[in-house]
Amino acid sequence: MKIKHITEISGALMRARWKQTLVAIVGVTFSIAFFISLLGFMEGLNQLLDGIVLNRTPHIRLYNDILPSKKQPIDLNATYKNHHNFISSVKPTNTRKEIYNATQIINKLNKDQRVLGVSPKITAQVFYNLGNIDLNGIINGVDVDKEAELFSFNDYVVGGNLQKLKTTLNSIILGQGAANTMRAKVGDIITVTSTEGEQFSLKVVGFFKSGIAEIDKVQSYANISTTQKILGKNSNYISDIQIKLKEMSLAPTLAHEYESFFKIDAEDIQTANAQFETGSSVRSIISYAVGVTLLIVSGFGIYNILNMLIYEKMDTIAILKATGFAGTDVKKIFISISLSIGITGAITGLLFGFLLSLSIDAIPFNSPSLPTVTTYPIDYGIQYYSIAAIFALITTFLAGWFPAKKASKIDPVIIIRGK
Amino acid sequence: MKNKIVLEAKSINKSFYNPVKVDVLKDINFNLTRGEYASIIGRSGSGKSTLLYILSTMDTDFTGELIIDGISIRGKTEKQLAAVRNEKIGFVFQFHYLLNEFTALKNVMLPGFKLDKLSEEELEHNAYEFLKDLGIEKLAHKMAYQLSGGEKQRVAIARALINDPLVIMCDEPTGNLDTKNADIVFNIFKELTEAYNKTLLVVTHDLNFAKKTGRIIELDDGKII
Repeated sequence: MKIKHITEISGALMRARWKQTLVAIVGVTFSIAFFISLLGFMEGLNQLLDGIVLNRTPHIRLYNDILPSKKQPIDLNATYKNHHNFISSVKPTNTRKEIYNATQIINKLNKDQRVLGVSPKITAQVFYNLGNIDLNGIINGVDVDKEAELFSFNDYVVGGNLQKLKTTLNSIILGQGAANTMRAKVGDIITVTSTEGEQFSLKVVGFFKSGIAEIDKVQSYANISTTQKILGKNSNYISDIQIKLKEMSLAPTLAHEYESFFKIDAEDIQTANAQFETGSSVRSIISYAVGVTLLIVSGFGIYNILNMLIYEKMDTIAILKATGFAGTDVKKIFISISLSIGITGAITGLLFGFLLSLSIDAIPFNSPSLPTVTTYPIDYGIQYYSIAAIFALITTFLAGWFPAKKASKIDPVIIIRGK
Repeated sequence: MKNKIVLEAKSINKSFYNPVKVDVLKDINFNLTRGEYASIIGRSGSGKSTLLYILSTMDTDFTGELIIDGISIRGKTEKQLAAVRNEKIGFVFQFHYLLNEFTALKNVMLPGFKLDKLSEEELEHNAYEFLKDLGIEKLAHKMAYQLSGGEKQRVAIARALINDPLVIMCDEPTGNLDTKNADIVFNIFKELTEAYNKTLLVVTHDLNFAKKTGRIIELDDGKII
């Protein structure tokens, strides 16, 4: 029995009940289209929300932690080698926050194949002076170009010009919240006081909006040399090295490697932001569950329609069997019907899913905390399309399998005699 | 060659058990040789249809032995039985049982698709020739439901012939036809046995029809008289 002839028979059966067949196909199309757009939308939203924090977070951060020395003097004393040390409340000595040989470390990291880019950073605690009132603030000294390249800094700068931070001496990009409190406009001069008590006048060249209001009230950005001046340090002073990797999942391993190699503290993104991973995966699981339910429901639709078709086509099945078609041939005929429904539904579903995603992507969505986002976010990952297609084929196959098995067991004698 | 036995029934018994045991067939023994034109007659309920379903291998729930073309059908799987039906038995039913989704020509070709011995072109040619022999080649490309009763029955006969079977079994082939069409069918059958040396087994309650056949097997209350 050639496949061609099986499909010819199943094709004729489908044409005979083309309306039901169409309904079944539309069911599959509908469920696949919604599966794809739902998951794409959910994942787009996940990436957007995570991006608020994760885009601006280095994969690995190298710094000097303020901790008491891991090797205390008492440990070095041979006399007490086998004794237990219970000295409590050990204080750290006046450790420098500065990273030794920062330039050499950056050069070394730049040569590492796994590293996408390295950006140095300094943070300075300051007070924004507002008449009699002092506001707490943090000025981040950054390398403007690197920061824009690796941490999409320009997406978060609203009003003003990021490049002016490089070209204008003693300039600052104020956090939006802080700027609002200070009523500062671009071009204004503001005064800050360093923790050492020195005052500096800085020119506002732009505003920064992270999407998290608390951060925008405190954080501001200046270039590295300006920040070094505020801190009263020389031009070698670097307190943080931010590393962006090509593969984020390598962060914990590499953090350990750099920690021991550079004798420095390293923190990876997974440790620093564990809660975001959890949130994303739970949201993904929920949307997958909803999507899979849609596909299964469409499978039940096919099951029903095939069952009805079998009841209607009892005579046909009986005559096929009487003329020498085996149960397996009948089974193949009905499975090929359900698979054709599945495949046609899947192909149109993938297309409609893509179109639906495009239209969701075009719906305006403005959020004050997300300056870069103008429409609903959609992720166009190929994985949703392939999962939907594979799952649709499996459900339609199963939905066809059971009715087909029933059809193959029909006893032609009972049908023919029953006339 | 003429006297070669193609179908042999040996002490076939069948009972229904619902709700009490009823013996439908009791110790049926007979042979059919090549080229024979036999009819089974009997009153309604005498078990003639039941016998035909057993002989056609569709009903395997019986005791005794059935040998088709020298091979016993005992212990064969459903798939093997289907293959036997496909290759060695042709069917003509009272209700013409064409597949309405197909043209007359495709209906004739369907058992050939299953046998898969000839190419589609050869099969189509053969099917067309059979329809021509039966005088309905003009209807080849009409859909089955557009045909009249007599035409349908002739398409069904062509279908029964397509795989060149040993035995052609008919269940009341003229039961739904008027006298004119019934005569046409009878003559076709006669020609089949004479010209093509086919074996025919016809279940009928039409005595006039039966009398014209070469051999009459009469069933009464499940026994051959």
